[in-house]
Amino acid sequence: MVVVGADTTESIKTLDFGKAFPDRLIQLGIAEPNMISVAAGLAAAGKIPFAATYSVFGSAHTYNVIRQNVAYTNLNVKIFCSHAGLTVGPDGATHQINEDIALMRGIPRMTVLVPADGPETAKCVDAAAAMKGPVYCRFSRTNVPTVTSSEDGFAIGKARVVRDGFDLTLIGCGIMVARCLEAAQLLEREKISARVINLSTVKPLDLATIDRAARETGGIVTAEEHTVVHGIGAAVASAIASNHPVPIAMVGVQDVFGESGEAEELLRKYGLTAEKIVEAAHDVVKRRDR
Amino acid sequence: MVEVSEELIAGLKKKAVTLRKHIIRMTHNAQSGHPGGSMSACDIVTALYFHVLRVDPTNPTWPDRDRFVLSKGHACPVWYAALAERGFFPVEELMTFRKLNSRLQGHPELGTTPGVENAAGAEGQGLSFSVGLALAARMDHKAWRTYCVLGDGEQDVGQTWEAAMAASKYGLDSLTAFIDRNGIQQEGRTEDIMPLEPLAEKWEAFNWHVLTIDGHDFRQIFAAIEEAHRTRGRPTAVIARTVKGKGVSFMENKIKYHGAATSDDELKLALAELEAMEAAI
Ligand SMILES: Cc1ncc(C[n+]2csc(CCOP(=O)(O)OP(=O)(O)O)c2C)c(N)n1
Ligand SMILES: [Mg+2]
Repeated sequence: MVVVGADTTESIKTLDFGKAFPDRLIQLGIAEPNMISVAAGLAAAGKIPFAATYSVFGSAHTYNVIRQNVAYTNLNVKIFCSHAGLTVGPDGATHQINEDIALMRGIPRMTVLVPADGPETAKCVDAAAAMKGPVYCRFSRTNVPTVTSSEDGFAIGKARVVRDGFDLTLIGCGIMVARCLEAAQLLEREKISARVINLSTVKPLDLATIDRAARETGGIVTAEEHTVVHGIGAAVASAIASNHPVPIAMVGVQDVFGESGEAEELLRKYGLTAEKIVEAAHDVVKRRDR
Repeated sequence: MVEVSEELIAGLKKKAVTLRKHIIRMTHNAQSGHPGGSMSACDIVTALYFHVLRVDPTNPTWPDRDRFVLSKGHACPVWYAALAERGFFPVEELMTFRKLNSRLQGHPELGTTPGVENAAGAEGQGLSFSVGLALAARMDHKAWRTYCVLGDGEQDVGQTWEAAMAASKYGLDSLTAFIDRNGIQQEGRTEDIMPLEPLAEKWEAFNWHVLTIDGHDFRQIFAAIEEAHRTRGRPTAVIARTVKGKGVSFMENKIKYHGAATSDDELKLALAELEAMEAAI
């Protein structure tokens, strides 16, 4: 295993890997396209490279390099990126990538992971290293509540039901899993029983778990710290449309850029809250029962 | 260019201290942002905005204005401070920097902040943008000039050199690039992260007219600009040797203050130092 970095190793903590294994952290400066292709070369020669930086630079900034040098060539490169989404905060829109899931899930052969918290991020690292092929994994800079435990089973391609329910299903990824759980509690007070699914693998999608949710609960709300254009909402919608269509609502960034502000303020302003998930749940139930 | 008098220099020195105080206050108030690279570029920005650029604060989009492009967008506190002091928007607005619903975004946004000429944040795009501006000026037979400020960390970015080639291909002599050579990028010294030297020779090899100056000396900055104006058929790169965090002793040359705001105690110390500096001018 080797790590390649781009002048952000301290802030995203891959520097710690470099302290443990000084000759296996390769610092390439502010040159992310170069970083990805160097990683591809390392992979072609048998290494397992982790390319790690901020999500905006490890996805959009390097998109075609990833497409050609990593995915098309089907190389064993793991792109692990922090600072995804609005919760980057005061740095503003240039640094808040809300489009990376859309970009990465569009690339053939790419595995796309969005862990819900710290323990699950660690499992993503292990699972990505253990599998062959390109992986993109994105997580947030902000502190997130721990909603999984190290004992929970984890497998790439498997969505996990983290709370059972029968009236509708809330499907979240990343920091929104905690908010889905919060929303499920709010809904419980109104006697609405919500199932919650942690969709930590966005691609390949766990069609069986999603199909079961559609059939058994009859309505779906998705929640993501990402644009609703081609995000997990779109992925789930197209999955259920071709199996068992049920009403769906998508909580996420509504096709706009973010701005400077504190993480929590931004989540409120852009509607990424438990309350918005509850509203969306009401909407889904209303449409279904009409 | 006008005679560079003692009074002019003293006035600019005072203005630069004012901008540095704004930078410290803005980043302290936001408890984030990038003071180090704002302070290293401060004298260059002061020289441009308060003596060189033909701009009109009452008409920020005046078509014949000179263009200032900040490629290293994270250093926008110095830009916002200069624009406010130059009258593009109220000085009080500086304290909204990085706050929700502010016109002063954490990285520059074109169209939102009066006087801001380019969006930046991802490093390495500003020189290409400047090439576009300079090409347009030539097509329209306009005399306005384009000044672009880049970081030395930005010399890592491949696109910087794509722009360098394009600018010399088209002989864009209305384009002047200032390279803020403070020797530090985000997490280390440039020569440790990605060695740049010999840097002047690189720009020369790309067919630019190259000057190396002390980026905190107004006379040298003006002399470089004059030489750039006189240079025909080639763009000019000014490698400005600077000190990251310049003006506050405990911030100078410290990697930490690339992207860290001052604490409450440090704020007081920093402002006291800057005030003493102002009094001594
Ligand atoms: C493409 C890209 N990669 C990474 C970053 C994160 N980053 C922000 S500032 C910076 C270092 C900038 O160094 P330099 O250009 O020397 O700026 P200065 O020292 O003048 O502040 C980095 C790596 C970025 N903004 N853009
Ligand atoms: Mg620098």
